[in-house]
Amino acid sequence: MSAFLALIRRDLLLSFRIGGGPFLGLAFFLTVTAMLPLGVGAKLNLLGEAAAGFLWVAAALASLLSLDRLFQADAEDGSLDQLALGALPLEFAVLAKAIAHWLTTGLPLTLAAPVLALMLNMPEAGYATLTLSLLVGSPVFSLAGAIGAALTAGLRRGGLLLSLLVLPLFVPVVVFGAGAVSAAINGFEPGPAFLFLGAISLFSLVLGPVAGAAALRIHLS
Amino acid sequence: MIAGVEVTGQGLSCRRGDRLLFEGLSLTARPGTLTAITGPNGSGKTSLLRMIAGLLKPEAGAVTLKKAGAVDDEPGSLLCYLGHHDALKAQMTARENLDFAARWQGAAREAGEALGRLGMARQADLPVGYFSAGQRRRTAFARCWMVGRPVWLLDEPTAALDSAGRAVVIELIAAHVAEGGTVIAATHEPLIAGAAELRIV
Repeated sequence: MSAFLALIRRDLLLSFRIGGGPFLGLAFFLTVTAMLPLGVGAKLNLLGEAAAGFLWVAAALASLLSLDRLFQADAEDGSLDQLALGALPLEFAVLAKAIAHWLTTGLPLTLAAPVLALMLNMPEAGYATLTLSLLVGSPVFSLAGAIGAALTAGLRRGGLLLSLLVLPLFVPVVVFGAGAVSAAINGFEPGPAFLFLGAISLFSLVLGPVAGAAALRIHLS
Repeated sequence: MIAGVEVTGQGLSCRRGDRLLFEGLSLTARPGTLTAITGPNGSGKTSLLRMIAGLLKPEAGAVTLKKAGAVDDEPGSLLCYLGHHDALKAQMTARENLDFAARWQGAAREAGEALGRLGMARQADLPVGYFSAGQRRRTAFARCWMVGRPVWLLDEPTAALDSAGRAVVIELIAAHVAEGGTVIAATHEPLIAGAAELRIV
C-alpha cells in the first residue's frame, strides 16, 4: 500500500512541477466553454439545452490533454523499467498513475462543472446530477485512457493516435453522462443512466490497469 | 553476508526485429562473482541484461534466479537493474527520486547515506535536471546500492563518471561481490580483478 501511495504522490508532485497540476486542464475546460456562447450567440434557451452534452464533451477533451505523457515520460527516461521491477505488479503501477491523472484532471473538472453550467444557462435541476455524473463517469477518462496511453508510450508524436484510440472508448460515458443530466432537467428519473455510468466506470477500473499493463509489457520488450 | 543468488541462463536467443543478435547463449553467475559481458556495440549486451532482469522475453531459452536452493519466480525482488538510462525524474531532487525508489522497490539503506557514499551529499536536495551526466549516473548507482538486492545488473555502470566516481563504483561492486552478491555488468573496462568474462560476438 505504501508503494502504491508513493507512486500516486510522485505523479501528483511531477504534475504540479511540470504542467501546472490541475490548472492546465481546468484552463482548457474554461476557455472552450467560454467559446461556446461566442460561437452560438446569446441564445439562452439553446445554450441551456446543449450545456450538459457540451460540458461532458469538453471534459472528455480536457482529460485527453495530459494523457499522452502518462507513460511516455517514464518510457523515455527509463523509469518504466524501474516501475516494472517494483514490489507491486505493473497493473498496480498503471492503476496508481491513472488515479493520479484523475486527481489532476477529472476531479477538478467535476468541481468546476456546476460553475460553467451556470455560465451556459443550464436549468438548475441539472446541477447536482451533472456534478455527480462527472464524479462517477470521469474516472473512465483516466482508466480507459491509460490503455491508449500505454499503447502509444513509445511514440514520440503519439497524441493524435492516442485520441483516435481512446475517444471511441469515451463515447458511452458521454452518452450516459449527458443522458442522466438531460433526464434530471426534463423531470425524468436519471437512475438508469447512472447505473450504466457506474457499470462502465467499474468495468474500466478492472480493464484499464490489466490492458494498460499488457500494452506496457509489449513496449518494454 | 547476503543470501546468495545464482543466475543461470540456458540456450538464450535474442531477436530484435529481423536480426538475430545471439543464439544458444548460456551463462552461470554464482554468488560472490562478477561477470563482465563484453562485445562490440550493438551485439546485444543490453538485451541480455534486460532478459536476465525479466524485462525482455527471450526468443528461446530461459533465465532462472535461484536463491538458497529454491527457485524464486519473482525475480524482480532479487535484483536491481541499472540501465543505460538513469531513470531519474528531472523535476524531482536526488533525495526525492531515491525516496520514491525506496518505497516502490524497498531499501536496505537510507537515501541520504547512499547519496553520501557516491559523493552526492551536497547535491542531494537539488533537482536532478541541474545535474551533469556523471552526477546523474552517481545518483542512479546510489539508488541501486540503496535498494540493496543480491543481484546487480549493471549496464555500463561507469559511463560518464570521473575517476573519483569510477573508483567509488568499483569499490562498491567489489564489496558487494565480497559479501556474496552476484554482479553482472556490461562493460568495456576491467572493473575488478578475477572477473569472469562472457563475450558476445
